[in-house]
Amino acid sequence: MKRIAAAAAAALLCASMAGALPEPTPNQAVIDGREMPAKLSAFGIFRPGTSEPIDALLPYTLRTPLFSDYAGKKRLIWVPPGEKARVAADGQIDFPLGSMIVKSFAWPDHNGGRPVETRLLLHRASGWTALPYLWDADGKDATLALAGRRVPVSFKSPGGDAHSIRYAVPNKNQCKECHSKRGEIVPIGPKAANIDFAAALSRPEFARFFAELPASALSIPRWDDPATGSIEERARAYLDVNCAHCHNPEGSASNSGLFLRWSDPAGINYGIRKRPTAAGRGSGGMEFAIRPGDPDNSFLIYRLESLEAGIAMPEVGRSTVHKEGAALLRQWIAEMPKDGH
Amino acid sequence: MQVHWVTFIAAVAAATSPAAAKTISVAAGAPDANEKLQEALILAEPGDVVELGAGTWTLTDGLSLDVDNVTLRGAGTKDGDGTILDFSGQQGAGEGLLVTSDDVYLTNFAVLNTKGDGIKSKGADRIVYHQLRVEWTAGPKETNGAYGIYPVESRDVLIDSVYVRGASDAGIYVGQSKNIVVRDSIAMENVAGIEIENCYDADVHDNIATKNTGGILVFDLPSLPQQGGHNVRVFDNVVSDNSTPNFAPKGNIVASVPTGTGVLVMANSRVEIFGNLLADNGTANVMIVGYRYPYEDEKYQPLPKDIAVWDNQHGNAGFAPAFPGGAEIAAAMGGNIPPVLWDGAGSAIVNDEVGVLSLNLPDVGTPQSEAKPSPADLKGDASEPLAGVTLPASMEARVQ
Repeated sequence: MKRIAAAAAAALLCASMAGALPEPTPNQAVIDGREMPAKLSAFGIFRPGTSEPIDALLPYTLRTPLFSDYAGKKRLIWVPPGEKARVAADGQIDFPLGSMIVKSFAWPDHNGGRPVETRLLLHRASGWTALPYLWDADGKDATLALAGRRVPVSFKSPGGDAHSIRYAVPNKNQCKECHSKRGEIVPIGPKAANIDFAAALSRPEFARFFAELPASALSIPRWDDPATGSIEERARAYLDVNCAHCHNPEGSASNSGLFLRWSDPAGINYGIRKRPTAAGRGSGGMEFAIRPGDPDNSFLIYRLESLEAGIAMPEVGRSTVHKEGAALLRQWIAEMPKDGH
Repeated sequence: MQVHWVTFIAAVAAATSPAAAKTISVAAGAPDANEKLQEALILAEPGDVVELGAGTWTLTDGLSLDVDNVTLRGAGTKDGDGTILDFSGQQGAGEGLLVTSDDVYLTNFAVLNTKGDGIKSKGADRIVYHQLRVEWTAGPKETNGAYGIYPVESRDVLIDSVYVRGASDAGIYVGQSKNIVVRDSIAMENVAGIEIENCYDADVHDNIATKNTGGILVFDLPSLPQQGGHNVRVFDNVVSDNSTPNFAPKGNIVASVPTGTGVLVMANSRVEIFGNLLADNGTANVMIVGYRYPYEDEKYQPLPKDIAVWDNQHGNAGFAPAFPGGAEIAAAMGGNIPPVLWDGAGSAIVNDEVGVLSLNLPDVGTPQSEAKPSPADLKGDASEPLAGVTLPASMEARVQ
């Protein structure tokens, strides 16, 4: 209630200060509230009638992003006034209540580069809440799509291949399938090791949003930049970002026994000579998730290169094969020493 | 002021007490039925019933439920007047329906032709699967989904009066769970009819497992979060004519199950097999084996231990043993091998009045090619019988 009163007071103040409007900020009462607004504009993240964000949020990029059908993603963080996010010793970022993470998906050659969807993660008193919004045809606002939807999207991937897909905007539950830790929703992307702080640090909002940068923030490599790590290191970064949100002991794929975090040791549970558990036809008739030296007989590759429901991994969020990512993992497996037997 | 107070109290009451349970009805056939149904599953609140209208639902994406204490109820499982969720045109998701919340009750609908698993529930305690049909309607095919009904990592699971056909792995598969009852159900033409894997405390009884590759499997596998499966009772089932050639995709553990297997125990300790009718299983009515693959998990226990078999009725068996060397052994023994087959690893008591064939391979590291088959007498005194599984009364009340 205090916040609503404060917002009302601020609004009155604005009205009396005609002509000298302060920098707009997102609607904190809506972020904090219990509602799921039908329109994205209720949050005040974007300039009215556009998909251009206001300046008050902190844009950030990731060193290695999750692959989502070659979509370009614009990411924003909001931390409420007077609060700060803190980086814990393990690199997880602790966002205060009232924080918001915004991610918009667009292709430069589709619909004039305007976003197709924007997903919100709101840190409410009841926990993190995930809400998917689909942009309206006129591009002026976006509408809540709780149950998700498939949207036709056409674009060219960096290699020049043309794609026409039925892009899947996830439903609220699918948001949680990936953003799940012990059954609760958590942010995935913004970990200290993966945020490109160099880009974020130059922004004036940074100091307001973050208490401090960890003295030695461990950084994972950029999956596509050989200057940042070996083939193995970049493959591990790719698996961490694209798979480990489910494939960890507290994630949606915990029962598989396949754990692909950056920190997991390279053994059976990392897929190396691991037999399928509940893969079904996802095994592609192969014995092991990863057979060292033999990517063609590693069903981890088979599943990454498949588009068929029941085989394809990840299970949600992919209607295109990420050729470049698969090529990196192929090279990593091909270079592993074959076992003696 | 008086009025204000009343309003205030009413508002507080509304905010703190759960809303009255309601029924949300969703109709089949609408062009956006998939989205409407998914929306209902998201907006449901604890205590609600989501009622699925009769008819055929053409679904292109997997459904999911993440709200506790919701009932999902259809109009029946039969073509024609039932609620048929048809996933033949599925484009995404690993299963037809995924449940990730507790105290969920699924009843009276059919799930057909999913690309992956049929119905999966993960970390969904006290789930009840009741009067459901999960089927791949073209029958056994390698391209069918893996599991029909698939609860995993859950405590208290009831599967009652379901019908599952065509799964390319297991029709009913319970994995890494505790306190489980599978009863009064029919599993046919799957690779494995019913499979209990890496589970503690399970009762599998009064089911019919027929025309699968293997009828009822009790497995324990290495390198999984929950292992050391134990305390499983398989009783009063009919396990017959499990004769469908194995159609599992290679690499999966069930791809190694020989055609014609009745009840198969691999690894695990304390498994009881009693009071079943076992017949016309060409390899064996009962098979007890160790995990005979390389593994690198120090905590894993690969032997079947303390397995007890008694009071089962045996029909014809062992007439077409489908493991390497099986035909030669059968020929040498006059056409059939005995109905109970043991690889010689671990420990078992068999008090049924039928023969037992041991392969005499006590070390799971010895290749099967070194088998020295011979009849074995495993009669003896079994341990004190297991007490059996009791489920919370709230679960039993659902199906009364």
